[in-house]
Formats: sequence, structure tokens, C-alpha cells
Amino acid sequence: MTSNADSSGWFEDVDPDDLSGARDAIEHGTSESPADWPVEAVEDGFAADEDDYYDKLHEATIAAAREQVRERERADDRQLVHAVRAMDDARRTANELAERVAEWAGSRYDDAGTGVEYARELADADTGGEHEETGAAPDYGATSASDPSAERLRALAARTAELADEADQLERFVETAAHDVAPNLAAMAGPVLAARLISLSGGLDDLAKSPSSTVQVLGAEDALFAHLRGNAPSPKHGVIYTHEYVRGTRETDRGSAARALAGKLTIAARVDHYSGERRPELDAELDERIRTIRQRGADE
Amino acid sequence: MTLPEGVERHTFDGTARLATRGEPVYGEPTDGEWRAWNPHRSKLGAMLELGLDTGLTGGETALYLGAAAGTTASHVADFAGPTYAVEFAARPMRDLLDAAEPRSRLFPLLADARSPEEYAHVVEPVDVIVQDVATRGQAAVATTNSRFLREDGRLLMAVKARSEDVTRDPEAVFEDALDELRGAYEILDTERLTPYHDDHLGVVARPLSEQ
Repeated sequence: MTSNADSSGWFEDVDPDDLSGARDAIEHGTSESPADWPVEAVEDGFAADEDDYYDKLHEATIAAAREQVRERERADDRQLVHAVRAMDDARRTANELAERVAEWAGSRYDDAGTGVEYARELADADTGGEHEETGAAPDYGATSASDPSAERLRALAARTAELADEADQLERFVETAAHDVAPNLAAMAGPVLAARLISLSGGLDDLAKSPSSTVQVLGAEDALFAHLRGNAPSPKHGVIYTHEYVRGTRETDRGSAARALAGKLTIAARVDHYSGERRPELDAELDERIRTIRQRGADE
Repeated sequence: MTLPEGVERHTFDGTARLATRGEPVYGEPTDGEWRAWNPHRSKLGAMLELGLDTGLTGGETALYLGAAAGTTASHVADFAGPTYAVEFAARPMRDLLDAAEPRSRLFPLLADARSPEEYAHVVEPVDVIVQDVATRGQAAVATTNSRFLREDGRLLMAVKARSEDVTRDPEAVFEDALDELRGAYEILDTERLTPYHDDHLGVVARPLSEQ
């Protein structure tokens, strides 16, 4: 049963006295079916006896899994950074193209709309898209065959809609990946903001090493350097402004809210980077702090 | 109900609880070398608690699919023989590694339980498969892994209804899963894992003998 070629044990080409090659064998080896590997390993001279085999297997599997985990997790935070940047690029470009489509369409149709939604509508027009406009509703379909510029316009609109769809797909990916890479940060900041913070600081380890005052103004570098040159007030928040706890707090307390949020986000990033364990009590502490800050306004 | 050798009802702070002997893993109560096995955190623990006839006697070779952070896999390794623990996600694997380090016969494998050929070059034929994977297609995972089971081996599986389809009635999901399992297994016993786990079905099965 074990004689066929695609069924050889992980230890086949591994030096029993040097298990450093074992990781590759364990990670990349394959076999259609299991076999009595302990017996075969002893027969092959890889191990002295069954106990010796299991000791070697233990050492090899732990080392292999540990390295794989380290690599996977390191890779993941890079992937997340690329994905969130790609998402922003795709969305910004889709919006720019949608503007172009709207401008072009405006020169041809009286009822030309704006935005990605209009581009989608225009792209779908010949597949039965409906128009509610009364009176001079243009017949996009009829012009296409005879009119090459209408053809190009519609093709551009279709690309624009596709790009917007890709941005949505990327966002969905970011949402899952952020929870894997930084569960505490993603839970506290929301996955997209978590990904932006990681992206702005360069990686999860860089974010974990940043002081909270830096995290507070990530994304507001222009304002920060203007302030440091001495001709502007200090920025109170960077991208964390998009968080409900900053945006939803009244203006006079927004700086306090931003500082409190940045402080907890920094701790969350450190927990994610150094331990990886989920610590729900961090969210509770932040909730409590924000409640206190908002209370100040309500008391007056 | 007979518990496998190495699993006992042990008294912690005046309460008798399932327990195995080994290094603590997830902050469970300990008493000497005994550590409590929490059925609320472990489907296999719940199956034993509820008295399903698992056929476990202790000392068997085990393949654990969906080992996660090693909560249950560590208890299995405490009373079983060589235990192969397959987990796909990197993050829980970190904790599983901590559980595996002091257990010389617990072998962690970072692999996808849906692709047994990725670990069949490491895993030997086993007496028992414990399965607790929370992905769609749980019956398919059990079926494709039946190649690891010895003739009189046992599949001990927790089917999670919500992993298959959150909107469907769990009973209907369980029926479908059991139907699919019957292609490779003979079902020996089933029981809902309430009150320990909602919408989970514990299954004990034996591989169909090859014709």
C-alpha cells in the first residue's frame, strides 16, 4: 500500500541529526494516504525506535508550525497594507473617472447624472437599464451602433463601475484581514480605520512602537508640520477623526476624545502585535472614558 | 457511562468535574496534576459529559481536526496516545503551540483539514478522529479524512449548524450532514450538545468497511 511513489513520509529526505530541513518537508510534502510512518521511519533508519521517532516528530512539527505562523502573520500585515491602499486608489480613481463620465455625458444627454451610480446606470443602459426622466429621455441603446463616441463613453462608464466594484471587494477583504492581523485594533477602530492606521505607520510593528501622540495625528502630517514650523495650531486628530468617538463628540471636547481614543488604540495595537490575544475589556475602558468626556458637556 | 482511562471526575472546590492530567492551558482550575475539562468550552468534553458512547478507552492514536487554540486537543493529548492536531488559522495556532510544547506526543500541524493530502505524509492511521471545524462542508471534511481511520476506528464529531447555514433550521442541517456522512460512515450515536453548546450535534460514527 505504501509502495507507490507519491506516498512517502515527511522524514524521507530529512537528516535525522539535523531537523532544520524538516520544516520544508512538513509544509510542502504531500501524500495521498497515510501510512504507518513510525514503523517506516524506524525501518529507514531515521529513528532508533518509535519513541525516538515521536520525539523527532514533536520537535519538527513544533518548529515548522512556529515558523509558518510567524511568516503568515508577518505576511498578513503587509497584505493588509497593500489592500487598504489599493482600496483607496481604486475608490479615488473610480470617482475621478465618474466625474469624467458625467462631464462627457453632459455634453450629449440632457439628463446626465453624476457619480459612480450614474456611470453604472449608463453602462447598464443597453442591457435594459430604465430611466425615469420624462420627455427627452435619450435612447442610449439606439445611438451606440452608429455612434462610436457613445460606444467609448459607455465602455468607460462600464470600467468605472467595475473599478468601484473592485473597491468594494477590496474593502470586504480588508474587513476580514484586519480582524486576523489586529483583532483588538479592528474591534476598537473598525476594520478599515485599523487598516489605515497600520498603513500610515508602515506596519503593525511600527504602529505598536508609536507613541499615542503620534497615533492621534496620523494622517494629519501636513497640519502637524505646519504647526511645528510655528504658523498653525496643533492638529487634534488625523484619520481617527472618522471614528464615531471623535466625530460624534462636541467640538470643545473633541481633542480630549481624540487623545483618549488614540491612547486606547495604541494599547490595542501593542496587544495585537506582542500577544495577539483578544482583550474585550479594552473596549469597555474606552467606552467608559468617552462617556465621562461627553458627560462634561452635558453637565454644563 | 464509562470514561476513557486518564479522564476522571475530579473534585475542584467541592464540585466534581471532568478532568485530565497535564499542564494547564487556558486558565482552567487545577488540583495537583489534574486540570478541569470545561464542557462549555469543549464539544468533546460536552459529549463525554452527556454520556455519548464515544468508545474511547484512553491511549489511542488520535487525529484532531480543527484544534484551534488547543483547548480540547490538549485534553485529548492528556489521555490519548500520539495526537495529531490540525489547525488552519495562524493565530490560534500560536496558543496551540504553547499547549503542544510540554506535551511530547501532541503534534501541531498548520494545514487545511479539507486537504488531507497536505498532512497524510505526517499523520499515521489513527484510532479516533475528533472533528470540530467551523466551516461549511463539515460532513465533507469528515468524509475526506476517513482515510486516516483504522477499520474499527471512531469519528467523534461536533456538527455546528450555524457554520453550514445560519438561516436554516438546525434539525434540517443535521439531517443533511448525517445523510452525507452515511456515504463513508456508519452512524452509531448522535445527541444535541445542549445545554453546553447551542445548535451543535455530537456524532459518533465508524468507517464503513471497504468492499
